[in-house]
Amino acid sequence: MGVTEQTNRQQNWEDQPPLQSDRPIIIQTQMLGRSFDQVIAVDALNLSVEAGEIFGLLGPNGAGKSTAIKMLTTLLPPTSGRATIAGFDLIRQSTQVRRMVGYVPQALSADGTLTGYENLLIFAKLYDIPRRSLKLRITEALEFMGLQDASHRLVRTYSGGMIRRLEIAQSILHQPPVVFLDEPTVGLDPIARSAVWDLMLELKKAYSMTILLTTHFMEEADSLCDRVAIMDHGRVVVTGTPAALKDSLNSESLNGKSLNGAAATLDDVFIHYTGNLLEAGGNFSDTSRVRRTTKRLG
Amino acid sequence: MTLQESGAPQRDWDKRNESVTRSGSVRGMRAIANLITKTLVITEVEVRKLLHDPTDLLLRAVQPALWLLIFGQVFTRIRAIPTGSLSYIDFLAPGILAQSVLFVAIFSAISIVWERDLGIVHKFLASPTPRAALVLGKALSAGVRSLVQVVIVYLISFLLGVQLNFNPLALLGVVLIVLLGAACFSLLSLMVACLVRTRERLMGMGQLMTMPLFFASNAIYPIAMMPNWLQAVSHLNPLTYQVDALRSLMIAGGSSIYGLGLDFMVLGITATLMTLVCARLYPRLVL
Repeated sequence: MGVTEQTNRQQNWEDQPPLQSDRPIIIQTQMLGRSFDQVIAVDALNLSVEAGEIFGLLGPNGAGKSTAIKMLTTLLPPTSGRATIAGFDLIRQSTQVRRMVGYVPQALSADGTLTGYENLLIFAKLYDIPRRSLKLRITEALEFMGLQDASHRLVRTYSGGMIRRLEIAQSILHQPPVVFLDEPTVGLDPIARSAVWDLMLELKKAYSMTILLTTHFMEEADSLCDRVAIMDHGRVVVTGTPAALKDSLNSESLNGKSLNGAAATLDDVFIHYTGNLLEAGGNFSDTSRVRRTTKRLG
Repeated sequence: MTLQESGAPQRDWDKRNESVTRSGSVRGMRAIANLITKTLVITEVEVRKLLHDPTDLLLRAVQPALWLLIFGQVFTRIRAIPTGSLSYIDFLAPGILAQSVLFVAIFSAISIVWERDLGIVHKFLASPTPRAALVLGKALSAGVRSLVQVVIVYLISFLLGVQLNFNPLALLGVVLIVLLGAACFSLLSLMVACLVRTRERLMGMGQLMTMPLFFASNAIYPIAMMPNWLQAVSHLNPLTYQVDALRSLMIAGGSSIYGLGLDFMVLGITATLMTLVCARLYPRLVL
């Protein structure tokens, strides 16, 4: 995408000032927790996400990432703690919070029996986008996602990458300051995956959106995220920039634990903090959900 | 700390949120207007789907046709069922319309379970749409599908020589009763879907509910023919009141036993209560 094109679009769609150096905290959680019966899915989550950053929530399947996102998108009431998003209280001001966030669920969430345009139209209406700017807003979103040619085709004829783009378009139609993406690239082939990465970087750059995503692809986290938090068994075990986390492991490896001379990757960091990956593969329903999504998108 | 305090971007949604802080009555009016608008948006989804693929509707036309053609023709000849001044086929037609509406509505939540298995329900619930609108929109969607059944049943009935009442007010009454009936039973379906949560179990429950609802009603025979205990059950069945209203509105010379006022009231109150229950249950689908 050309620079001039972007500036142009930015004026139409967005009139937000450029990034500030001391960025405000836009997502703040304090001891946020959720338990199901006796099982603690998320335990005392303390997160501070700055406006305009891409924040990655990493962890093995079943670590509590999706539960955390469901709480922050108001889908799941927390059983303890509190949180504010864009200044609104997650529990007491849930309707206002919903206006402030966009959400792309892990599973396929575009409606295959409608066209791409219709999928966007419905959500534009649900988010109260004024009737006069409806068409323009949708057209711009379609262009941004490179879907304008396919807009009047039924979504069930789309490729996995196109569906993900459409879903992201749906989630940002109302120009939310915060977007939550749950495993945005699961089930996508490498080309579609890097296209989604580019898209997220563009969203951040062009619209200064704050993006919180969950992933278990370390490469994704490393290349996309300004900061990451690694979760395991419902708790955040470490937070930091990918570079800082790798550095800390490199210096640690000097004091005994060897990485066989190679510099640490984010994979090493992940394994260091979460232990054996094989043991933490998530439960049956996690696995079946991921595979189902993979199948549909692939 | 927060966006507002730090003077970060205030955009058009902030104005939208401000409107919420106005006086009580204005707020109430806005809430109702919002509820209606959003209900219609959810219904629009269904209408658009039907326009893309109407085959389902045509398939659903077969069942009422068979009931009227086979069951209706045979029982009209047997003259086994006392239907007062009406011929049996005249008596039966409103019952079959109510039955088709029941069948459309009682299985309507299967698509919702499907949408839950994907992430569609999640995305609707994460939007600022009132829960009651999400639920009412689904109820009205079942109503729209049911209106297609009205056209089909009227067409078959006309061909079979049923004495139809084409008075515009009576037709309007039929539309309203069908929308209310479809709402009651699709909300029942949604309620069960929220509780059983899988398509297989919902299919089973649908089968299980259809038969008692249909046979413990006045759809194909008068309640007066039933044993006392079954009469009592039938009087608790909303379908009975739907059929009663349809019989007086749809058939020339037809009359209501319970009175149209009571029929509308029973269906209206049932639909309202079910909406309130479903609006609370619906978010549990994604837990």
